[in-house]
Amino acid sequence: MTSEQNFEGVAIPVIAIGTALLLFSLFCAGVGASPGGVLASIYTAGFGSWYAWQNSLLRAAPLMLCGLATALPAQAGVITVGNEGAFVVGGLAAAAAGLATTSGPPLLCLAAMFLAGAVVGGAWIMLAAGLQYYRGVNAVISSLLLNYIGIALLLQLVEGPMRDPDSLNFPATFPLPLSHQLGRIPGTRIHYGLVFGVVACLLGWFLLERTVWGMKLKIAGGNARAAKLVGLPLGRIVLTAGFLGGACAGLAGMVEVAAIHGRASQAISAGYGYVGILVAFLSRQSPLRILVVSLILGAVLASGGSLQRTHDLPDATINVFEGLAFLSILASEALAGRLGFLTALFKPVSTEVADAKL
Amino acid sequence: MPKPITRRAFGALCGAAPLAAAGTADPLSIGFVYNGPKNDLGYNQAHAEGKQSLKSLPWVRAFDEANVPETVAVEESMRNMVYQDHAKIVFATSYGFLDPFVLRVARECRNTQFFHCGGSYRDGGDPPNVGIYFGFIDEVEYLAGMTAGLMTRTGRMGFIAAKPIPQVLRNINSFMLGARSVNPNVTMRVVFTGDWVLPVREAEASSSLADQGVDVLTGHTGSPRVIVQVAERRGIYATGYQFNQSVLAPHGFLTGAEWAWGVVYRKYAEMVRAGKSVVDGSIPRRMTGTLKDEFCRLSPFGPAVTAEKRDAVAQAKRRLLDGSQAIYRGPLRDNTGKTVVPAGRTIGIEETALDQMNWLVEGIQGDVRS
Amino acid sequence: MQSSDSLGNLGILVAIAGGALRGSIPYIYVSLGECLTEKSGRINLGMEGILLMGAMTAFAVSDQSGSPWLGLLAAAFVGGLFGLLLAGITELPGVNDVAAGIAMIIFGSGLAFFFGKQFVAPMAPQLPVIDFGQGIANAGVHAALRISPLFVLGIAVAFLMHFAFERTRWGLHLRAVGDAPDAARSMGIAVRRHRVVATTIGAALAGIGGSHLTLYFPGIWSEGISGGQGLMAVALVIFARWSPLRCLAASLLFGGAQALGPSLQSAGISGFYHVFNASPYLLTLVLMVLSCSRTRRLDGIPGSLARRG
Repeated sequence: MTSEQNFEGVAIPVIAIGTALLLFSLFCAGVGASPGGVLASIYTAGFGSWYAWQNSLLRAAPLMLCGLATALPAQAGVITVGNEGAFVVGGLAAAAAGLATTSGPPLLCLAAMFLAGAVVGGAWIMLAAGLQYYRGVNAVISSLLLNYIGIALLLQLVEGPMRDPDSLNFPATFPLPLSHQLGRIPGTRIHYGLVFGVVACLLGWFLLERTVWGMKLKIAGGNARAAKLVGLPLGRIVLTAGFLGGACAGLAGMVEVAAIHGRASQAISAGYGYVGILVAFLSRQSPLRILVVSLILGAVLASGGSLQRTHDLPDATINVFEGLAFLSILASEALAGRLGFLTALFKPVSTEVADAKL
Repeated sequence: MPKPITRRAFGALCGAAPLAAAGTADPLSIGFVYNGPKNDLGYNQAHAEGKQSLKSLPWVRAFDEANVPETVAVEESMRNMVYQDHAKIVFATSYGFLDPFVLRVARECRNTQFFHCGGSYRDGGDPPNVGIYFGFIDEVEYLAGMTAGLMTRTGRMGFIAAKPIPQVLRNINSFMLGARSVNPNVTMRVVFTGDWVLPVREAEASSSLADQGVDVLTGHTGSPRVIVQVAERRGIYATGYQFNQSVLAPHGFLTGAEWAWGVVYRKYAEMVRAGKSVVDGSIPRRMTGTLKDEFCRLSPFGPAVTAEKRDAVAQAKRRLLDGSQAIYRGPLRDNTGKTVVPAGRTIGIEETALDQMNWLVEGIQGDVRS
Repeated sequence: MQSSDSLGNLGILVAIAGGALRGSIPYIYVSLGECLTEKSGRINLGMEGILLMGAMTAFAVSDQSGSPWLGLLAAAFVGGLFGLLLAGITELPGVNDVAAGIAMIIFGSGLAFFFGKQFVAPMAPQLPVIDFGQGIANAGVHAALRISPLFVLGIAVAFLMHFAFERTRWGLHLRAVGDAPDAARSMGIAVRRHRVVATTIGAALAGIGGSHLTLYFPGIWSEGISGGQGLMAVALVIFARWSPLRCLAASLLFGGAQALGPSLQSAGISGFYHVFNASPYLLTLVLMVLSCSRTRRLDGIPGSLARRG
């Protein structure tokens, strides 16, 4: 990496976040709230104390896994947005597996849930990736449809065959015994799902950057035709990447069931999957960046409530902030390779990168 | 408020001590969490209005969070309310908040009392600082149904409901029983949309029912406002639910069953201020109320309902209140012909026998399977 | 007590037809808008946010000004602004349009919900109804023939767009841009301008689609009003293989499918309604799988979208 790239790596996010904060401040001032106060509240609620950190980390955990769900197939050249669907079917499968093994020791039960969530979630995205590779069905669209189908499946099953008859007014599966649920990291209120998320990101990084398989995957993602010419098993690579991505989302669903709800119900579809798509793109599909971006987004999500309580702002305020931040960060990508004028006055500027990428 | 508040932080030991008393300058902090937006003209707004009504108590400081999903988010919202805003009471207004979220936070924050709308408390396992509040609105639905039964010309009514859960089935059945009490031949078609907030699907169902010749529509969704508005546009009658929806249908609105949570919230605030607690039993574990307790009420009648019919409904209301009339009085058969309430038996609306309801009363076309 | 104006089982069909006419309108506008955008080689995944913004704006302006037509114009204008913003961002080098679309959903819905809080007015002035069923006694049939002016306009837009793609210079240039941007550029076509214009007009159409939700059917503003229709319409364009006329037909089909669940239940056929409600999504997926193949590209797919896959 040249020093120039290092400089950009810092300067571009700073510019993007600065722009987002400026725009949001203008928005706040426009609607009569104090921008300084609001921004201070967001910071305090996200990172102000160890207490706040835990809140942010709790929310970051599912985002890490859901971010990987888009990022891994994207590295192999398949853009999928089926994270929410894989999340709910993974959670559903985990609940089924967990309930089937409650007679066994807790670790076995959790292992069964882990496997079921990962495999079913993985199959879900692998389906979208496979449909694109073998049948030419655009994976963005098919995985989008699979989200709706997954959620309908969840509703039909928890209100029908899998319903605990005692879950009278809140249809849900039977609960898992507390002993068989995923616990908390000692001394915190953070569940082990965070460990899954961090480990998955690190593993994802290792796979992509340090293994031959990862190199093949990136070649396939960069130029499918070239990959075929050099004899890479393109179909298998695409399917595996889809499976691994889906497995991460399914795992996030498993954590939601095993650590948070203790059973599957409609409530496990809380939208983490959709936010995960953005996490992946803001991280430019890089597993290590996903760690950081998830944490920041987790903090933003954590601050939504305090804006309502302390500033009497509507609940949608935080969505406006998120929207502005995402748009600024995406737009800032354009600055890559163009900040040269700050370090050296003249540097050739490449144009139309976008078209080349298409 | 005296000493407990200074020991508020993480003190898990003083759960049994009186939590607050009157007469000091510190306001009583009360937090509310809602699952949806505060202005839905339905379920959440009924609770938010209840919170607003606490403004009449100058010693209360109330704050809320809306659109809180039923996941770790609600847990964290409630924790923030306790640790950052020093809430002495937290009202969790959505059904999915209780288990495990309210229970988990309540175990940690023993100095705060948590009250959850609906659900059941398990003695022994659940933390002592959790209470349940709920209202039985069957009587009001019955009266609304009676109004509908008096007004229908085609003898066909429509009910649009979110899910076939006992809470909803009770409302459907009591509405129908009210209608049949004055119009034995009336029939009612039930459509389940599948979820609480699906305005387009609710509107579509309303239109379909109107096409089928239904001339009174009502519903039990997050907010049946759409149903009421479509009915108005189709020139048929509607009754409301959750919140007063009379402004939505100036011609066709008959009446409605609405919640009056302010009564409940003020009651709790007064009790906690007086030093009472759900932990020592001075506040009942389960606080429920009916029409008599003003937990719920009938919306004002619309212009279409004549004085004579209003009078008939008012008389039935009197009879329900003095016990000479009952809703679930046998013999009652469900719509598959099975006897659900045997002759000679009357089930009171506060009896737990109704909590498991999984039938639709005779005359209703619909299916309780999802 | 069978009412005289009930049609029995035929009533289901009438209800589905009526539902298709009412329910198809947001799909028509969003899918036509998306079709236009995709013809230029971009995907606008943010239609859901734009639909919500259009819905809220239309309701608010109609409520404040008393004119639903002004509301409609405002929705189109705001939709266009969002389209311009999205187009501007995706034209920047290195910006993925899928990501920008998702950001747009969050931003659009956030803004719509934020400002929508002040507009809980029970009923803003509504668009007028065109009554094709005057004199028909049956209530169901009559109701099905009460048509929104937006439906008529939507048909006109579809035919206009079809004509533009097939017969006008601008349409041919747009398709060239979408099929092969480099070739188009070498032919001297202003690639960027075409894409920006197409995305902006496409989003303006989605804004109009939103106004249908708040100014005609169901005719209210609620945060749940779009319920994913904006995303659904994106899939619909693929289903319709990028033809405006087929978008029109597919929108009617989806509107009908949406009415299927409630209609069947209201006619007494119940059970499995979650599956029924998911039927449009299943249907699209199955048809996509059947109509695509590895060797044969989808007919009509803009080249730059196909190469991406």
